[in-house]
Amino acid sequence: MPTSARWDTIGRYVLGLIGLLALAECVTRLELVPAIYLPHASTIMVRVWFLLQDRSFLENLLATLYVWAFALAVSTFISVPLAIALGSSDIAFRIACPIIDLIRPIPSVCLIPLAVIVWGQGLFTKIFLVTYAMTWPILYNGIYGVHDVDPVTIQSARCFGLRRAAVLRHVSLPSAAPFMFTGFRVAATVGLIVLIGVELLTGLDKGIGAFILHNSVTGGQAESVFAAAAIAGFLGLAINLGLEAVDRRAFLWSRVDRYE
Amino acid sequence: MSTSLFKPSLSNLPRRWWMAPGASDLFVGLGPVLALLFVWEAAAQAEHSLFFPPPTAVFVRVYQLWLTGPADHLFLTDAAFRDVIPSIGRMLAGWCAALGIGILCGTVIGRSRVISDLLTPGIEFVRAVPSPALIPVFLILLGTETTMRVTLIAFGSVWPILLNTIDGVARIEPRLLDTARIFDFPRSATIFRVVLPFAAPKICAGARIATSTAVILMVVSELVASADGIGHHIVDAQQLFLMTDMWAGIVLLAGIGFTLNLIFSAFERRMLRWHFAARGRAERQ
Repeated sequence: MPTSARWDTIGRYVLGLIGLLALAECVTRLELVPAIYLPHASTIMVRVWFLLQDRSFLENLLATLYVWAFALAVSTFISVPLAIALGSSDIAFRIACPIIDLIRPIPSVCLIPLAVIVWGQGLFTKIFLVTYAMTWPILYNGIYGVHDVDPVTIQSARCFGLRRAAVLRHVSLPSAAPFMFTGFRVAATVGLIVLIGVELLTGLDKGIGAFILHNSVTGGQAESVFAAAAIAGFLGLAINLGLEAVDRRAFLWSRVDRYE
Repeated sequence: MSTSLFKPSLSNLPRRWWMAPGASDLFVGLGPVLALLFVWEAAAQAEHSLFFPPPTAVFVRVYQLWLTGPADHLFLTDAAFRDVIPSIGRMLAGWCAALGIGILCGTVIGRSRVISDLLTPGIEFVRAVPSPALIPVFLILLGTETTMRVTLIAFGSVWPILLNTIDGVARIEPRLLDTARIFDFPRSATIFRVVLPFAAPKICAGARIATSTAVILMVVSELVASADGIGHHIVDAQQLFLMTDMWAGIVLLAGIGFTLNLIFSAFERRMLRWHFAARGRAERQ
């Protein structure tokens, strides 16, 4: 893209953002809803600034991030090997596919009551629910990626005398990696949403969701509720953009032949 | 070599197997599912676990709770009309609203580079806000009635549709638009007969993701301050320690998700037949 066009785009991004904020400010200033319930956009922004310096809020934020990172690691360790096994073995795939198709539609949130009653309102409940939600996208994209490797490539590799394991390592895995990473990206964003939802619905000890729940119950704290939701949004956006950048860098080679 | 005979069958499998759980797959797969259920049943019978009742008890409970009504109500019980029908109704309402808004706004945004540049940062930000975090906000603004729940479902499930529509519409081949202009298509015909059909596969993919989001948000919206719905039933059963009832709710939800997926893939295959046909041809060439 030529530089001038790129600057145009960036300029429009900034303009759009300013416009959005201005619009939000105007709408909230109209006070169709009393400001106690729907605070002015500028008030919320100020509150965001203060929350980011508030020790107890930062503890909540960190608690959420810890669980998120841990669950992401666990679900990756579970689903990547599983995806490789199911993607490379036709029989395993045929056996597992219907079971997966039956379990997958169970939304993670409807397991909240079950998890709470079995494991109590502890950390494990959170980790279990979030891991459950994160496992599917990685597993799916992984199986799809390993399954969808160009058969000609595999056959050529075998012609050169590569064993099954070597084919897997040198052909299947590299060509499935971009798909897997896409699944990882989806899991990372979905997981954050599920985690905050779980915290919010169960009031589990710490976390952004628990903070929102606490402040919405006590009343008169609408700014904090909105500000925390906005911070959660920024967090999700940052995760998404960061992983997108990693994706672009690490898998540039695959993008070229996928889209050109 | 037996493997080389076996290998090609892999590539003959339907390309997007999870999008098309066809009838034959279902029957081939019935074995492992039955085996799993059998193991669970045996384990549950042996353990007498309070939290994990045997599947037979759960299925019987599903039947008792919702399917033993009078014949003139299609065998649905009053509980089904209280729990299941409102839930599904709200979910469909929210999903349809998301579909309408998503396609409409997506087409407008996707057609113009300037508008899409202006709105992208805002969309990306609002989309990243976790919808469950907005429940308190929606409760404050819209109360505890159906409107709140439908709005939440629509709000959460509009993003995949909107983004996919924008993407699909924006990526249209200029050749197609040029052709439409040469034939002097009016604007509406260009949109409805060139742009939207071109974007349809992408829109369908977004709508499919939106169905599962809608189911999730349906449950989420019913876990707080609700008087009916499947989510309400599950929470109620949990608080009364009725484990079998709770599991019945979970099984019902899984059933709904599975059925929706089945209906949607049938619909998609029917509607996008031309697309799959064209792609198949292109792949063979």
